[in-house]
Amino acid sequence: MMDKETYAELVSRTAPKSKHFSTIIRAFLIGGLICCIGQAFADIFAMAFPYLQKDEIASVVTVTMIFSGAFLTGIGVYDDIGNFAGAGSIIPITGFANSIVAPSMEFKKEGIIFGVCAKMFVVAGPVIVLGILSSALIGIIYWIF
Amino acid sequence: MEKGNQTIIFEKSPVIIGTYSIVGPMEGKGPFGTLFDHVIEKPEWDEPSFEKAECKMHRHAIIHAIEKAGLDESDIDSIISGDLLNQMITSSYSVREFDCTYLGLYSACSTIAEAMTIGSLLISGKHFKNIACVTSSHFCSAERQYRYPLELGTPRTPLSQWTVTGAGCMILSDKGIGPKITMATLGKVIDYKISDVNNMGAAMAPAAAHTIITHFKETKRMPVYYDAIVTGDLGKYGSELLLKLLKDAGLDVASRHFDCGAKIFGDDEKKYQGGSGAGCCNVMFCSYFYNKLKKREINKILFIPTGALMSKISSLQGESIPAIAQAVAIENME
Repeated sequence: MMDKETYAELVSRTAPKSKHFSTIIRAFLIGGLICCIGQAFADIFAMAFPYLQKDEIASVVTVTMIFSGAFLTGIGVYDDIGNFAGAGSIIPITGFANSIVAPSMEFKKEGIIFGVCAKMFVVAGPVIVLGILSSALIGIIYWIF
Repeated sequence: MEKGNQTIIFEKSPVIIGTYSIVGPMEGKGPFGTLFDHVIEKPEWDEPSFEKAECKMHRHAIIHAIEKAGLDESDIDSIISGDLLNQMITSSYSVREFDCTYLGLYSACSTIAEAMTIGSLLISGKHFKNIACVTSSHFCSAERQYRYPLELGTPRTPLSQWTVTGAGCMILSDKGIGPKITMATLGKVIDYKISDVNNMGAAMAPAAAHTIITHFKETKRMPVYYDAIVTGDLGKYGSELLLKLLKDAGLDVASRHFDCGAKIFGDDEKKYQGGSGAGCCNVMFCSYFYNKLKKREINKILFIPTGALMSKISSLQGESIPAIAQAVAIENME
């Protein structure tokens, strides 16, 4: 039998790899499209509710996008978008919504407390922890200088 | 059996008197869809959870295999069963309604070969008369245990495999008409230090090669002896690696090799390397190959299901993937 080193070299040389070029293009197009939709919402809200401040509009847009991501996950569409777009639909806030709603749906059968509530953050947990941690760190740096 | 040998020759070869296969909708759409005994329309199969649906498939396969073999439930002495879920809940929960002894096995996707071997030993040793060997897997229950929630929008890598939704059951008996299990070559746990959990084919190929080489060495048979050399779920890339490893060792099996995982979904590119799971090679054996053996289109098969023995915990702790392959020889007697 072939030894382990030769085999490891054979596998690393011959294993099928992701097609980087096409995945990057797809991620760029769909990720860009999601951002354009967000911008469109911002423009519509600015027109419809002229008394809203700029940062208030940003908040409303964020809420709308989170709802859209959650809704599309709920009706079973977002995973298909994700399969096609990869990082293009994971990185925007809609992807964050997906990463919380998907496990909530999945673990519903294990009950509200130990299923939905406990498992809700299995995917998004690291993002939240590192997000809070890095914002605290940047805050300290900002405060010193 | 000589000391140190891995091959067992059954003194009294058990007969496979009946088989039953049931699969999910995706497998039903594949090239072998019409050969399975039953195709369920939805993965939930009217049950409140995927685990319960898998149990239902498991139980359904046992009941109908017994019926197809022309036996009654009371004729079955023992059920030897396995699946992929933690603590083997599918097996144990589906067997609780049967009034017979039960052996639960775990050897990942190679469990069916282990069940066939133990069943053959029990029959060959005249301890039991009729034994049901059954395994199952379910895409949705396996996915939530090993990977991510179903609705999570993450793309799959080109090396990934799809867990087959399906259950297969075969009835071994000390008498009757049908192909016989003549030998078994037990596998060793082989770890070639592959740690990419998506690349299960590469992790399992050395184990398959090791068992196949050992089988031919100990039985002094040549690959041409068999009409088909059937591996479990190495997938397309894993099969390539197996053929390369065997060629390196001086065995050319390319013309008679068949990998159930690589073939079960046909050429569907979205399935990447093909199927996997404890049900994968079992449903293929219980339908496609058993039919061919019954019709005597083929007469001798070396059946080598392979298993990747990692868990989510071992992978997260940085461990590599140990693998195993068990070989069983099934032959039509003159």
